[in-house]
Amino acid sequence: MHDTTPLIEVNGLQTQFFTDEGVVRSVEGVDFTIPAGKTLCVVGESGSGKSVTARSILRIENPGRIVGGEILYHKDGEVIDLARIGPKTRQIRQIRGRDIAMIFQEPMSALSPVHTIGDQIVEALTLHFPISKDEAKRRAIEVLGRVGIPKAADRFGAYTFELSGGMRQRVCIAMALSCEPRLLIADEPTTALDVTTQANILDLIADLQKETGMAVMFITHDLGVVAEIADEVAVMYLGQVMERGDVDSIFHDPKHPYTRALLDSIPRLGQRGAHRLASIRGMVPHPFDRPSGCPFHTRCDSYMPGRCNRIDPPAVSFGPGREAKCLLHTKEEGVA
Amino acid sequence: MFAYILKRLLYTIPTLFAISIMSFIIIQLPPGDYFSVLASKMAKESDTIANTAALEAMGARYGLNEPLYVQYWKWISGIVLRGDFGQSFEYNRPVSVLLWDRLGLTFLLSFSTLIFVWAVSFPIGIYSAVRKYSIGDYLGTFIGFVGLAIPNFLMALVLMYVSFKYFGRSVGGLFSPEFVNAEWSWARLMDFLAHLWIPVIVLGTAGTAGLIRIMRANMLDEIYKPYVVTARAKGLSEIRLLFKYPVRVALNPFISTVGWVLPELVSGATITAIVLSLPTTGPLLLRSLISQDMYLAGSFIMMLSVLTVLGTLISDILLAWLDPRIRFK
Repeated sequence: MHDTTPLIEVNGLQTQFFTDEGVVRSVEGVDFTIPAGKTLCVVGESGSGKSVTARSILRIENPGRIVGGEILYHKDGEVIDLARIGPKTRQIRQIRGRDIAMIFQEPMSALSPVHTIGDQIVEALTLHFPISKDEAKRRAIEVLGRVGIPKAADRFGAYTFELSGGMRQRVCIAMALSCEPRLLIADEPTTALDVTTQANILDLIADLQKETGMAVMFITHDLGVVAEIADEVAVMYLGQVMERGDVDSIFHDPKHPYTRALLDSIPRLGQRGAHRLASIRGMVPHPFDRPSGCPFHTRCDSYMPGRCNRIDPPAVSFGPGREAKCLLHTKEEGVA
Repeated sequence: MFAYILKRLLYTIPTLFAISIMSFIIIQLPPGDYFSVLASKMAKESDTIANTAALEAMGARYGLNEPLYVQYWKWISGIVLRGDFGQSFEYNRPVSVLLWDRLGLTFLLSFSTLIFVWAVSFPIGIYSAVRKYSIGDYLGTFIGFVGLAIPNFLMALVLMYVSFKYFGRSVGGLFSPEFVNAEWSWARLMDFLAHLWIPVIVLGTAGTAGLIRIMRANMLDEIYKPYVVTARAKGLSEIRLLFKYPVRVALNPFISTVGWVLPELVSGATITAIVLSLPTTGPLLLRSLISQDMYLAGSFIMMLSVLTVLGTLISDILLAWLDPRIRFK
């Protein structure tokens, strides 16, 4: 099952924002692996640090700062720690867009309003390949066609405001794929789109992944999407990965109460009439008010007073790539 | 684009017509006029028939004893058809001569000031936004606000003093005395440039402060937008990124204020022009308003309004050229 080689290994990543009010610890010791050619879904509520984690990989975490941990990028047998490279260096700029590309949540504002879409794709191509303008234009039209934009040659000179939301997201995907990256980071790419368009975009990403063999890191809060596309899943809460594993074991054998609670809050077809949809009680705590011990203990149904609020739960392994951070799975050792 | 320009041009025609009527009404509003003052003066001096004849000829030419709409027609048709703005009663010369005489230098001065303002406020504004709350940001902001806070006439006086005391330059005007009425030559040009910097700095500093703040605010609005992050995620270097995306978008509000700059520079500089005794239009306009020299004043008001309309037209066309969202609407 885990025969694939890792493309990205994130170990103990910490990214913080230094604001006037205090330090916001958005990402607080995150570990996960993105296998080459596979899809990792990162799930969590708003404010769980999913996007900041993704941006940290690309080193566009500014105004945040990486204060600890490593991001190991395996490139042709070589290992580069992205967390150690300066965010403005030539080295990271050559990786951005070329090896690791990203698409964003808001296709409405993720493209420049005053440049043509063709110009923006050609820019990515000429930045990373020594090719002529004409060749770049040819490739840009080709990639626009591949993401399903009809009459791609005519649309090359179009401006973003002339396109619908779904079309814009396709343009963003085309731009990200133009340099054939090894990893595509998709930060909630379908959240701003209507449901039919969502399905189209998901299919498109899956098809392109099959064609190119790239890995995908897909950030979402929609467990339906996760079930559809994920190979691996990481569940995040308050800047930590609470549980990770392959998609089947996450859905059928969740180890962490938070994962279980998330799964219980999915509406199901055919549920009996007066059955209320379960929800997780309480709210995600404010970032300045992180609970001690396990960050989820304030909302957890299996809360053990005296343990969960005192001890940082260590990661308990259930097999290769399968972990959960919960004291339910640790032996009571040295605890009153 | 062509259709857009044509449409804009057509819009200006009714606007200009309305402006000409307004200008005419304004110069007719105050009780009394220069003509009747002149007439009573001549009557007092109980001069010869020749003067009476001259008065009558003048009255006939401008239709002074006829209804207002006839006067308006005579005035505006003279301007549009023959370029005849009427006669200045006070200077006893055609208004057009007085006007063109000063308008050229005024334009030159305004243009130099505009360049100065942009050249200074542009880089400082961008720097202030990118390095928000840095020492450079505070320094630029401080200098800008000092420039804004010092009254123009005071700065004019100080600079005149410095220029006279330390550089031995003649004070005031745009030329040294020996060049005032000379033909254009290399020496006269150099003399002109040596005089130009004082009014340019005086007139430019206040505008500079304003534009620094506008540019800074525009840039701060733009540099955190998602499309900038997208461009960064593509692997662009920070400096290329900055000038291609946020600066480009931040220019819009900048360009749309170009329209106001033209008339602002012509009329707003009056006090400075008086202090520095500059041969520009401002003092002449003030003088003509005080002495109710109606055709001169009317022509000035008319010209200022036309400049506003022209400036707006230019900024509209520039905006459409710069921003496809406007062009395609």
